[in-house]
Amino acid sequence: MKRILVREEYCIGCKLCEINCVAAQVGSSNLIKIYRYVPELPEPNLIVEEDEYTTFAIQCRNCDDPMCLKACITGAMHRDSFTGAIRVDKERCVGCWMCVMACPIGVIKRTNDGKKAASKCELCVDRGTPACVENCPNEALVLIEVGE
Amino acid sequence: MRYVIVGSGPAGLSAIESIREVDRDNEVLLVTAEKYVGYSKPLITYLLGKMTEKSKMFYRTEEFLKENDVSILPETKITGLATEDKLLFAENGEKIEYDKLLIATGGRPFISEIEGLKGQDGIFTFTTWEDEEKVENYIKENKIEDAIVLGGGLIGLKTTEALMKLGLKVTIIELSDRILSVTFDRKASEIITRALKKEGCEVITGDTVVRVKGKKRISKITLKSGKEINTQLLIIAIGVKPNVEFLEDSGIDINRGIVVNEKMETSVNDVYAAGDCTEFLDLIDGQRKTIAIWPVAVSQGKVAGYNMVGKDSKYPGGIPMNSVELAGVPTVSVGHTNLIEENGFEVLTFENKDTYKKIVLKDNKIVGAILVNNIDRAGIYTGLILQRIDVSSFKNKLLDENFGFVYLPREFRKMMLEGDVKVWLE
Amino acid sequence: MAKTRTPPEFILERDDYKCIRCLVCVRVCSYGANFYDEKENRVYTENSKCVGCHFCEAVCPTEAITVKRNKFDIKPSAHWTSEELFDVIKQAETGGILLTSMGNDKPQFNYFDRLVLNASQVTNPSIDPLREPMEIRTYLGKKDAYLEIFEENESQVILKTEVSQQLKLEIPVMFSAMSYGSISLNAIKSLARAAETMGTFFNTGEGGLHKDLKRFGKNMIVQCASGRFGVDIDYLNSGAAVEIKIGQGAKPGIGGHLPGEKVTEAISETRMIPVGTDAISPAPHHDIYSIEDLRQLIFAIKEATRYKKPVGVKIAAVHNVAAIASGIVRAGADFVTIDGIRGGTGATPKITRDHVGIPIEFAIAVVDQRLREEGIRHMASVVVAGGIRKSADVVKAIALGADAVYIGTTALVSLGCHLCQRCYLGKCNWGIATQDPKLVKRLNPEIGARRASNLLKAWTLEIKEILGGMGINAIESLRGNREVLRGVGLNERELQILGIKAAGEAW
Repeated sequence: MKRILVREEYCIGCKLCEINCVAAQVGSSNLIKIYRYVPELPEPNLIVEEDEYTTFAIQCRNCDDPMCLKACITGAMHRDSFTGAIRVDKERCVGCWMCVMACPIGVIKRTNDGKKAASKCELCVDRGTPACVENCPNEALVLIEVGE
Repeated sequence: MRYVIVGSGPAGLSAIESIREVDRDNEVLLVTAEKYVGYSKPLITYLLGKMTEKSKMFYRTEEFLKENDVSILPETKITGLATEDKLLFAENGEKIEYDKLLIATGGRPFISEIEGLKGQDGIFTFTTWEDEEKVENYIKENKIEDAIVLGGGLIGLKTTEALMKLGLKVTIIELSDRILSVTFDRKASEIITRALKKEGCEVITGDTVVRVKGKKRISKITLKSGKEINTQLLIIAIGVKPNVEFLEDSGIDINRGIVVNEKMETSVNDVYAAGDCTEFLDLIDGQRKTIAIWPVAVSQGKVAGYNMVGKDSKYPGGIPMNSVELAGVPTVSVGHTNLIEENGFEVLTFENKDTYKKIVLKDNKIVGAILVNNIDRAGIYTGLILQRIDVSSFKNKLLDENFGFVYLPREFRKMMLEGDVKVWLE
Repeated sequence: MAKTRTPPEFILERDDYKCIRCLVCVRVCSYGANFYDEKENRVYTENSKCVGCHFCEAVCPTEAITVKRNKFDIKPSAHWTSEELFDVIKQAETGGILLTSMGNDKPQFNYFDRLVLNASQVTNPSIDPLREPMEIRTYLGKKDAYLEIFEENESQVILKTEVSQQLKLEIPVMFSAMSYGSISLNAIKSLARAAETMGTFFNTGEGGLHKDLKRFGKNMIVQCASGRFGVDIDYLNSGAAVEIKIGQGAKPGIGGHLPGEKVTEAISETRMIPVGTDAISPAPHHDIYSIEDLRQLIFAIKEATRYKKPVGVKIAAVHNVAAIASGIVRAGADFVTIDGIRGGTGATPKITRDHVGIPIEFAIAVVDQRLREEGIRHMASVVVAGGIRKSADVVKAIALGADAVYIGTTALVSLGCHLCQRCYLGKCNWGIATQDPKLVKRLNPEIGARRASNLLKAWTLEIKEILGGMGINAIESLRGNREVLRGVGLNERELQILGIKAAGEAW
């Protein structure tokens, strides 16, 4: 199972991860096109926290025993059996926000583009390497293999 | 070896998952009084309000049950248990043998004393899919335009919301002086009440229904205050209680719910219990009680399942928590939120036009949190409560708009960011 | 104070079509040159604040930024370049010494590029380094004039001579002395790890030793300079060798000055001085006024290190470098480090950097020549520094007579440095020449170590390739082998001093 390791000692707070997360969600790598022509851009599925010298990006920890899975009343939140990533089936999600309340990292976001649904980092499993990891200029975000 | 699970709610299904994680060979039998197996009860209000559809009601699908090789006995209500013979008795006369038994029968609606309830159509409780179907059909067939919801708790309010989505004019009647009085504090109740009223819902507090009138079908209710309201639909949602009556003669220790230990074992060997039918530790006050919420049921079911197959697992206890969006206002309540400073608690609040936040602390540890409207990152507070983190070094940041891990002690933060996040299960 | 008359040195061009307003450039500029106007929804640059470090250009996700030099189109003059003009204007405005950083940037001091190497054709075979062994390992330290051997019996021979301590270099390139203070801890860690990986050495400079670096001891040369900061017996024994620093190429004859505000908690600890006090390295060592005094310090250090660590002496290349080097060798040094006029620094007066000292190429040639003539070349290794940019420079330096080279600027460039020459401001956007924690963490030592190692790996391949081409299979066979060099565009006197022939001249 994969997990994104967050190394705050190397995060430079540039927020390139946020920008590229948005692009990955839109499904293109042409940032200029995306930012110019996509009218309603999705929220990044990670959060850059900052206080004085400390900065880091934080996204789903892909916990072994995830709270969000336990809290989900619809089955929308599920672990992808192939990649081990926790994903949200936005079609099933009804927007009860139990996962938002349960996630101890606070990285599940609410979205409402016509339909209320939870949104979270799914490790870009459809893309390959997570966009944030791939575009971090200082390797503050690295994809690691955990567990068996 | 035969594992028998009574109840197809989250506790029962999560137990099946953990049983199958370890043991793929022995028989697992799921017995349920319900017609539908694997659906999610909280979704019935969403279904009624057309916010989801039938195909999405099953939070664990048929394939799940097939993959996990589960035998199913639906519409089988259990009426008795002989623990010495390891036998369950069903209403239809069937006897079911078990080697390991999990009771996960959940709760059942509580109905107060109301005159004239018997024999009237148009009066429903609202906790199962069958209830939902009945209500939906009733509204459709009789072209119902207004409704009374008795009970201003979470089920009552979610039902209210669904009825309003169908275009009904709804009146909520709540006995206490405010709605959501158990889950939320006064301020949050006020905000939600205001939002509901704005959407056209009437809210009557400090009153209750004492009499129902009608010829075969309800036509009028009378309140304790004497007020009379015409209606053709009454939903009773004043609460649920553990569904344990069938165990009365079984010899299993029952207080309000089934008494279990941290391995989810009841007082009788090979009988386990999990979910809303049990009572266990509230991590905050150390009291034994029923915390009838979904995540607790899942966790308990998981622990019960593991222990049933002999894998040691413990459930440390839980805390109440609820998240609900009503009338467009998302709200979260975690832990104990109605505690006051006079009793030695510290209360921090933040309020502006859109947002209300409240943190309750005891000895520099968070015991409760309420968030209204801006509920983003609410889970951080949940984590802090469950892990009993001393917040004194960052107390002044707790209500900051950008509150996050950056303000937390470095060591704790590093553990959360780099290590595996473990909050509930040991 | 009136508005400055110095125009911006750089112009940041932002392609507004490509700019997505992500504000990365705004967030990263430590000089505050980029800013965002919310009302106009546009990103602007205050060019006068831009130092030309190109960091924003590197992180801009849409390639919207181009940093260009402001060409200052003054009336053309061969005598008055724009640099000369604005130096005068700056001094007229400030009344102070012009400060700068890094090495001399003037074209006239470069001789490496006017040297060409030989290759084998027909009459002698070249060697394919991919197929045949090629040795670029070298050893620094005193080589004994003869070895005494005791023959016990026919099968057993015992070496009686106690061979001097040597530093084993898997590649004849080391990282120059750069102190903790002048560069960040992450920069030093990068070089330390790279030195460990590549089997070479880094040098602490005169900043003392941070505790995180102790574990790199076997790949570390510790420096003892005029300030003696952080020097105690543990320090001297913590590395593989000790280097006494007399001078450096970027500022021969002058000392160093780390302002008190840069003496942070961590730096105070490694330098062993109170927080906030100025760290002044005197121009001379006040206990060394002669070769005899130097000998005393060398042997004091040898005593302190139980004769287990080679002791070297570093000087700037000045006019009398050959005689001084000879004196240093006779004083007992195991290696002599010579730093030429192009050597870098964290801060130096521009006048010193640009006008004092001699190019390293001449210094190598005359020192090697002098030591050979005096028959003491074997008594010490010669390490040279100041202007080595590429593997060809390494090969040429060794062919001129060096045993190994130090790279400083080049090492920093491998870590990210873009030679903006503003180290002395301490705001390095690349996280190298700064102690600002927010900037320091921009240099991830894992990446730094990887990049610096990669550089040396690449050089290893290139050096082997070029040696093979010349039919040489060991770097030690190249040392002082000036026959492989020819000069292009050099006058007779220069050729003579360099000890090489002109291009076109045969053996």
